[in-house]
Amino acid sequence: MPKHETPMLDQLESGPWPSFVSDIKQEAESRAKNERNIEYQIPQDVCEDILGVLELSYKHKRTHWKHGGIVGVFGYGGGVIGRYCDQPEMFPGVAHFHTLRVNQPGGKFYTTEYLRQLCDLWEFRGSGITNMHGSTGDIVFLGTTTPQLEEIFYEMTHKLNQDLGGSGSNLRTPSDCVGEARCEFACYDTQALCYDLTMTYQDELHRPAFPYKFKFKFDGCPNCCVASIARADMSFIGTWRDDIRIDQEAVQAYIGGELAPNAGAHKGRDWGKFDIQKEVIDLCPTQCMWMEGKELKIDNKECNRCMHCINVMPRALRIGNDRGLSILVGAKAPILDGAQMGSMLVPFIKAEAPYDEIKEIIEKIWDWWMEEGKNRERLGELMKRQGFQKLLEVTELKPDPRMVQEPRSNPYIFWKEEEVEGGWDRDINEFRKYHQR
Amino acid sequence: MAFISSGYNPDKPLEDRITDIGPRKYDEFYPPVIAKNKGKWLYHEILEPGVYVHVSETGDEVYTVRVGGARLMSVTHIREICDIADQYCDGYVRFTTRNNIEFMVDKKEKVKPLVDDLMSRKFPAGSYKFPVGGTGAGITNIVHTQGWIHCHTPATDASGPVKATMDVLFDDFRDMRLPAHLRVSLACCLNMCGAVHCSDIAILGYHRKPPMLDHEYLDKMCEIPLAIAACPTAAIKPAKVELPDGKKVNSVAVNNDRCMFCGNCYTMCPSMPLADDVGDGIVIMAGGKVSNRLSAPKFSKVVVAFIPNEPPRWPQTTATIKKIVEVYAKDAKKYERLGEWAERIGWERFFEKCELEFTHHLIDDFRDPAYFTWRQTTQFKF
Repeated sequence: MPKHETPMLDQLESGPWPSFVSDIKQEAESRAKNERNIEYQIPQDVCEDILGVLELSYKHKRTHWKHGGIVGVFGYGGGVIGRYCDQPEMFPGVAHFHTLRVNQPGGKFYTTEYLRQLCDLWEFRGSGITNMHGSTGDIVFLGTTTPQLEEIFYEMTHKLNQDLGGSGSNLRTPSDCVGEARCEFACYDTQALCYDLTMTYQDELHRPAFPYKFKFKFDGCPNCCVASIARADMSFIGTWRDDIRIDQEAVQAYIGGELAPNAGAHKGRDWGKFDIQKEVIDLCPTQCMWMEGKELKIDNKECNRCMHCINVMPRALRIGNDRGLSILVGAKAPILDGAQMGSMLVPFIKAEAPYDEIKEIIEKIWDWWMEEGKNRERLGELMKRQGFQKLLEVTELKPDPRMVQEPRSNPYIFWKEEEVEGGWDRDINEFRKYHQR
Repeated sequence: MAFISSGYNPDKPLEDRITDIGPRKYDEFYPPVIAKNKGKWLYHEILEPGVYVHVSETGDEVYTVRVGGARLMSVTHIREICDIADQYCDGYVRFTTRNNIEFMVDKKEKVKPLVDDLMSRKFPAGSYKFPVGGTGAGITNIVHTQGWIHCHTPATDASGPVKATMDVLFDDFRDMRLPAHLRVSLACCLNMCGAVHCSDIAILGYHRKPPMLDHEYLDKMCEIPLAIAACPTAAIKPAKVELPDGKKVNSVAVNNDRCMFCGNCYTMCPSMPLADDVGDGIVIMAGGKVSNRLSAPKFSKVVVAFIPNEPPRWPQTTATIKKIVEVYAKDAKKYERLGEWAERIGWERFFEKCELEFTHHLIDDFRDPAYFTWRQTTQFKF
């Protein structure tokens, strides 16, 4: 007999997709049985109460979680999000139900040994319910009580060699794509750069000193699997500046039908015979490809590296060898001033340890934003308020047409005095000698 | 339930304290075949939905089996993932950005037993624990936010609508029949922890009623200037309010006509809640993408202004999404993403084909970007 009736949630147990309701029920059952004789540090029936409070939300069509609350671990300003239930008498197991963000490993690779250690810790000192993973990338521990926070942090740092992630007005936990670890499109080692910057900026990650949140995301190529261009204040997107490598034999194998186009991604439907002209050459956004007899030619100088031809024929075409990354800045979701996409700031930079040049740009941007940014103003909003020119000024970068979609269509240029010969101090009386009032 | 100390001494919090050690280093967790071949991969191929192979210049191969996961996951479930990874993958596993789980093996003959095992595991009520799929020109897992399970500002649930939607789209998780891949995302309010604003199809929770004002507590709970400054449309101003008992308190007044229901005031001030059973619901957005392939990344556009919250299975929401997916599947050209298709045929045609009503809510009236979305040409379709 369950602690709370959950007739609506029960309807989410049917259907093929993994049911989170069934999963929470299995955790509730596991805690009730407690076959491992665990001395649970938060209420044993916490999972029953999670289901209970969620069922109540399904009935009321409103959340039953209160606003935050300042909780955390000593010396850190992030990594823990306070959460309290607004019906604590009905659901005492989740009356205090704080979240911890745990900084995930790069590429989200795990050993089962380590995952089991995380599970043991979280079952013992928390609800046993997680997010694998949160939107920013962290491992998210959902629900524990205030006294457990320091205990969890102590065990994590002492036994698991593991730190918390970011929350609040600080550097949020950086995240990356699978990159060179298992992808032939990766133009730089996303995990190495992500880890290096995460470690370099531990202080910024744990101790909020920024106007608002700040996100780094690392995509190995312009396919952007971690969506950095849409959601990172600074996105690092791999690219190359020499020639696409061509294997002409493999091109012929695609044309001849021996190799499946698009790495087999369209196998679920009969799209007819592969047509390189129609599917690759004619779709190329810069029209920089053509066939010369049996040879595929690419005018690489005109290529904008959209990845389409490489995605379609990965065995014939490969990224170039002179690789690095582009830095785009200012992406954010709609709150407050509308959504913004990242804007190109650095078209090409090498991504080689110790990444000093990249760090220099990051720190110049932070100095500007920390000085000028208003409370809760994202970098993208500051860029809009003070202008792209200001961003160039603080980063000491040279303007480049690659930074814009098109030049401005109004002439309202804020000329600076030093740019105009003779400056702005003029003699009105001298002027009047030639121009009557 | 006796309290068990970790060793932490609350009287001396700095004693033996370890801080700023960051995450575990990525390469501690690489499977041997990944460690050996990092940076040496030549190409990949999707062998069947959910199964792909990467081939290295060393001749090594890694076969990956991708399964969907509800990102809300118990430790019991994670341990089952570990058991599978121990049995088939030498104790290694990874997760993807879109909450999928990937099991990797180094030999082709190891794939089938693994896939068969994964597909055989079901929860007692019948749903798959580890459905194989989510690759290529199909629909992969939905990235989403917390919703009613854990968040204080949501306008809808997250895990429930995601489960209901993925049940409806499940065939396309297990197949690759679409013109291109199609990404569905959900954010339970427009804070958009899930960054759904660049997805092929986005499910967004939205409030439609201005905040209620808890005058008696507002000045005690909130910094009034912060609440005022939080409003992007300057709809909030300071106010002296007389309570029913005659007591005068400092509070705020809201110009309801200027409210666009973002909830930013509530984030700054808990005495201004917006949540409402009738006011809250779902916005459907479509046509966004983050990839730079062929066309530039695009924002998703609002195509349905409001669908009520219908727990537990949100039938109108899932039916709308299914309809858009089916029309797109039938009508778009190979390689065309949903947004590219809509732009080619024209949005007027998109609404016609998807049988969606075009209401005034869908015309942008929020600041500068609005003008750029109006039609400044005589080119349109009847």
